[in-house]
Amino acid sequence: MSRKAKKTTKEIIMYIVLIIIGLFMIYPLIWMFFSSFKTNEEIFGSVALLPQMFSLEPFIHGWTSAGGLTYATFFRNSFVMVVPTTIFTVLSSTLVAYGFARFHFRGKKLAFAILLSTLMLPNAIVIIPRYTIFNSLGVLDGYGAFYLMSILACYPFFVYMLVQFMRGIPTDLDESAYIDGCGTFKTLTLILLPILKPALFSAGLFQFLWTYNDYFNSLIFIHSVSRFTATMALRLSLDAESVVNWGSVMAMSFLVVLPLVILFFVCQKYFVDGIATTGLKG
Amino acid sequence: MKKRKYSKRDNKAFLYLSPWIIGMLLLQIFPFLTSFYYSLTDYNPVSRDINFIGLQNYIQLFTRDVEFFQSLRATILYTVYTVPAKIIMSLLIAILLNKGRKGIGILRTIYYLPSLFGGSVAVAILWRVIFMDQGLVNSVISMFGIGTISFFGDPRFALPTLSSLEVWQFGSSMVMYLAALKQVPQSLYEAADIDGASKIAQFFKITIPQISPIIFFTIIMQTIVALQNFTSAFIITNGGPVRSTYMLGLKLFNDGFNFFRMGYASATSWVIFILVLGFTLIMFGTSRFWVHYGDKA
Repeated sequence: MSRKAKKTTKEIIMYIVLIIIGLFMIYPLIWMFFSSFKTNEEIFGSVALLPQMFSLEPFIHGWTSAGGLTYATFFRNSFVMVVPTTIFTVLSSTLVAYGFARFHFRGKKLAFAILLSTLMLPNAIVIIPRYTIFNSLGVLDGYGAFYLMSILACYPFFVYMLVQFMRGIPTDLDESAYIDGCGTFKTLTLILLPILKPALFSAGLFQFLWTYNDYFNSLIFIHSVSRFTATMALRLSLDAESVVNWGSVMAMSFLVVLPLVILFFVCQKYFVDGIATTGLKG
Repeated sequence: MKKRKYSKRDNKAFLYLSPWIIGMLLLQIFPFLTSFYYSLTDYNPVSRDINFIGLQNYIQLFTRDVEFFQSLRATILYTVYTVPAKIIMSLLIAILLNKGRKGIGILRTIYYLPSLFGGSVAVAILWRVIFMDQGLVNSVISMFGIGTISFFGDPRFALPTLSSLEVWQFGSSMVMYLAALKQVPQSLYEAADIDGASKIAQFFKITIPQISPIIFFTIIMQTIVALQNFTSAFIITNGGPVRSTYMLGLKLFNDGFNFFRMGYASATSWVIFILVLGFTLIMFGTSRFWVHYGDKA
C-alpha cells in the first residue's frame, strides 16, 4: 500500500470512530425527543426509537402540573428570573472589568488576587450564609437573590473573562479619546463597548445558560410552587402522580432543553469562541 | 522603589469597582467567614437558636456520623471517576478532530451538545429513565443475553452510572483543547519528524506540554464542580442505594435545608472547601513539574 493510501485509510478509520462515538453522544437526546410521544409501555418495553404513533397526548398531559399550574407559568418564571440576571451580570461585569483593566489604583494587585480566589470559592461554602443574608433582606422566595448577585458582580468568572478581553485591546484608542475630552464612562461606551460586543455576547449566553439550568440555588432561594422555574418544575412532574407518566416527563424535559438547543444553533459561533478564548468551565 | 503616581483619572476606578467591592464583601468574604463561625455553632434558623459549641460539629462529623464517611467516599469516588475520564475523553476527541479536515464543525457540535445542559434537571431525569431496570440500556444489553443490571438499585453500579452522566458532558473542555491544539506551532512537529521522533513521542513531548496550561486549568475547574455535585444525585438516586451516592453536596442540602441544622451543614461545607483548597494547592504545587508556560520547550 502506498503511503498516501495508507494515510487515507487511517483517516477513514478515524472518521468512523468519531461518528460512532458521536452517535452514542447524541442518541440519548434523540431518544428523549421521540419518547415524548410514547406511552410507558413503549418506553420500557421496546428498544424501537420511533413511537408507534405521534400522539401529542403526553405534551398535553404534562403541560399542567401540581395545583393546576401550567408550564406557561414556569417558563414565564424562568424568563423573569434569567433575562434580568443575564443583563445585570453583563452590565456589572463590564463596569468592574473596566475598573480593573484601565485604571491604576492602590491595592490593585491584592484586589485582583481576591477576584481570582473567589473564582475558586466553592458555592457550597457561601450558600448557607447567603441564605441568611437574603432572608434578612427579605428577597427570598423570589428572584431578588439572583438579581442582587448579578448587580453586585458576584460572578467573578465573567469579570475575569472581560478583564482578559479588555487587556487585549490597545490603550491608544482610549488615550486619544481621553485627550479629546471624553470622560472615562464615555470612553467605555463609545470606544471599548463596540470592540467588546462579541465577548459581552458570549458572557451573556453563558450566564443565560447557567442561570436557566441552575437547580441548587433555585431550590434554596425559591419556595412557592407558583414561582418555580421550568427547571424546578420538572422535579414536580416526578412526584405528581403515583404512577409516573414518563412520556409526559420526557415531553416536558424536551421542552425545557429546547430553548437552549435553539439558542445554541443560532449563536454557535459565540459559544465556541467564548469557550475557546476564555476557558469556561462548562 | 519608585512610587507610582495615581492620576486624578485613576480615582474614578473605585466608581467602576464599587458593585464588585460591595458584592465581594457582602456576598463572598462575609459569607465565607460567617460559614466558619456557623460551623462552630448549633445555628438553626427555625428555632432561631444559635449557641457557640466549639468544634463539636466537626467532632460529630468525624467520629459519630456514619453518613459523613459514606458521603466523603461517594464524593471523592465521583471526582476520581469523572475528572480523569472527562479530561482524557475530551483530549482524545479533540486530537482526532484536530486531525480531520471535513465535517469537523458538525462533529464538534454533536460532541459539544450534551454539555449545553450542564447540571440540568432534564438530563438527570433522562439518565434516570434510560438506566431504569426496564429502561433502554437494559433492553439493549438483554438482547445480547446479559441479564438486566439494576444500575441505580445496586450500590456497586449507582455511582459509576451517575458519573457517566457527568462524563457525557465533556464537550466544553474538548472545545478548549481544540482551540489550544490549533495554537501549537506546526514547526515543532516538523522538526520532530526530521529528528525521527515517533508520533507517540511527539504526543507526550510536544502536544501535552504545549497545551498543559489548559489541561491544568480544566482539571482544577472540573474538580471543583465534581466535589460539589448535587443535582444528579438529588434527582436520580436521592443518595441511594445504601447512601452509595449520598455526596457531600446532598448531605449539606439535607442537613441545612431539610433539617435546618445549618451549623452542622456549615461544618460539612468546610470539609468541601478543605477538599477544594487542598486539591488546588497540590495542583499548583506540582504545576512547575508539568505545566509549561511560554515558549521554553
